[in-house]
Amino acid sequence: MYAQPMNNSLNPLDSEAIRNDFSILKGESDLPLIYLDSAATSQTPDCVIEAMDAYYRTYNSNIHRGIYRISEEATAKHEEARQRIGRFINARRPSQIIFTRNTTESINLVAYSWGSANLREGDEILVTVMEHHSNLLPWQLLSQRTGAKLRFIEITDEGVLQLDGLDELLTERTKIVAMTHVSNVLGTVNPVQELIAAAHDVGAKVLIDGAQSVPHFNVDVQGLDCDFLAFSGHKMCGPTGIGILYGKSDLLEEMPPFLGGGSMIRSVQRESSTYADVPAKFEAGTPAIAEAIGLAAAVDYLNKVGLEAIFVHEQELLEYAHQKLNEIEDITIYGPKPRQKTGAITFNLEGIHPHDLAGVLDTVGVAVRAGHHCAQPLMQKYGVIATVRASFYLYNKLEEIDTLHDGLLKAQRMLTRRRR
Amino acid sequence: MNIYEEDILDHYENPSNYGTLEDPDISYEEDNPLCGDQIRMDLQVEDGIITKLRFCGHGCTISLAAASMLTEEVKGKHLDEVKQLNKDDMLDMLGIPLGPVRLKCGLLALKVLKAGAYGLKCWPGEEDEETE
Repeated sequence: MYAQPMNNSLNPLDSEAIRNDFSILKGESDLPLIYLDSAATSQTPDCVIEAMDAYYRTYNSNIHRGIYRISEEATAKHEEARQRIGRFINARRPSQIIFTRNTTESINLVAYSWGSANLREGDEILVTVMEHHSNLLPWQLLSQRTGAKLRFIEITDEGVLQLDGLDELLTERTKIVAMTHVSNVLGTVNPVQELIAAAHDVGAKVLIDGAQSVPHFNVDVQGLDCDFLAFSGHKMCGPTGIGILYGKSDLLEEMPPFLGGGSMIRSVQRESSTYADVPAKFEAGTPAIAEAIGLAAAVDYLNKVGLEAIFVHEQELLEYAHQKLNEIEDITIYGPKPRQKTGAITFNLEGIHPHDLAGVLDTVGVAVRAGHHCAQPLMQKYGVIATVRASFYLYNKLEEIDTLHDGLLKAQRMLTRRRR
Repeated sequence: MNIYEEDILDHYENPSNYGTLEDPDISYEEDNPLCGDQIRMDLQVEDGIITKLRFCGHGCTISLAAASMLTEEVKGKHLDEVKQLNKDDMLDMLGIPLGPVRLKCGLLALKVLKAGAYGLKCWPGEEDEETE
């Protein structure tokens, strides 16, 4: 099942109005900021900055501790944030929402806590070759600690998962499937719902890396029936330093703690301790309070604009980007066509180093990512060291893709003069 | 200031001392795993003086232009002088400002040349303080 454009009757995004919500996009400098790197980190609307600002200016205090007015206010806002974020992904209850630093930490939490308690030699961990390093390294480390074997779902040349031989890969030896919902490089939307059902049929748990999906379309954890979902605040209009781990309650309750410290205890003796209930059990130390409140403001903002409208807008940008970039001679675009993907277009121009492409694009105000995108196994699959990625979000406009196109032609003129 | 100055592009498109030496006294190669740039330097040395040198490899404009400029700079110089070259010398040759990411590209050739001058066979660890 690929991404479906949803309700087409809704109003299209008013991108000019949306851009007004982002101070950074209203810059006064001569060169406009054409920000095409939202897959790395999204821009932050003023309402999110203001929500965090209000915490620091009017009720800055630690939570779950102080018996005084502002601490009670901070505690209430922090827990209310958990509820709003939980509702955003349709979690059954707020205690299933664990605050972490980012997607990486959320995945590491599962690999260390659940993984170390449940995996042993002879077991298997199934991932895909399109994983971001953050959904590969924690499992490599787990594999090295436990002797469990790491196996990979391959991808086709078009950049979609190769599911023909799935029966060989997904067996009763498989204890967990860890896979990305959307590729951070190719934008491919994976058929996670089918894979979750297939994994459950053999008794395996499933962790979904939602870093590139939760910001872009409606992700319903109960509908998907995933066991864990990890995502980051800063890719969905929220601040850096805050991420989410969603987990099924029975799993979270059984899992041993990850980090030890304050807040995660019930009582502490010299040699041993008892632990707090979830989610506190996994939230040792003073959390990122302002950031949790900021992320809840981001969730409200995305709800106000509407995820369906955002998805349709991004599809329009992607269609146009494919059309414009395909006009360029000597371009290679990696991954599937629009409608099988979201958010990103990844490419190379023959004979030009991706760093140089990004460097020349910077001279016309276009910010893109060049490199291996923390997905080296995927780069190896395509036989390249690096690519350029342009990624889109709700504030991007079609005209910005024209500037991207013209910037690429400029790079070709500058850097391949001898050959022309 | 634009990092894609004419001078940089000229060196990129028409590099000096590009190629390899058949029987070099010193040969050293290094890559930047983050972007895949790779530079090899072959040196012919008489009484400590670099009499001939060639570089080859692949990479972005900045890393290749830097290598080309550096070979021009050090030809005829003593290895001890090469050992004294630092980051600022390389940036002076390039004549453009480089941010922290592109700095790695700009300094790769110097890292390779100095490692060769010091007689290294491989880089000790991942650190590149030598060029700082």
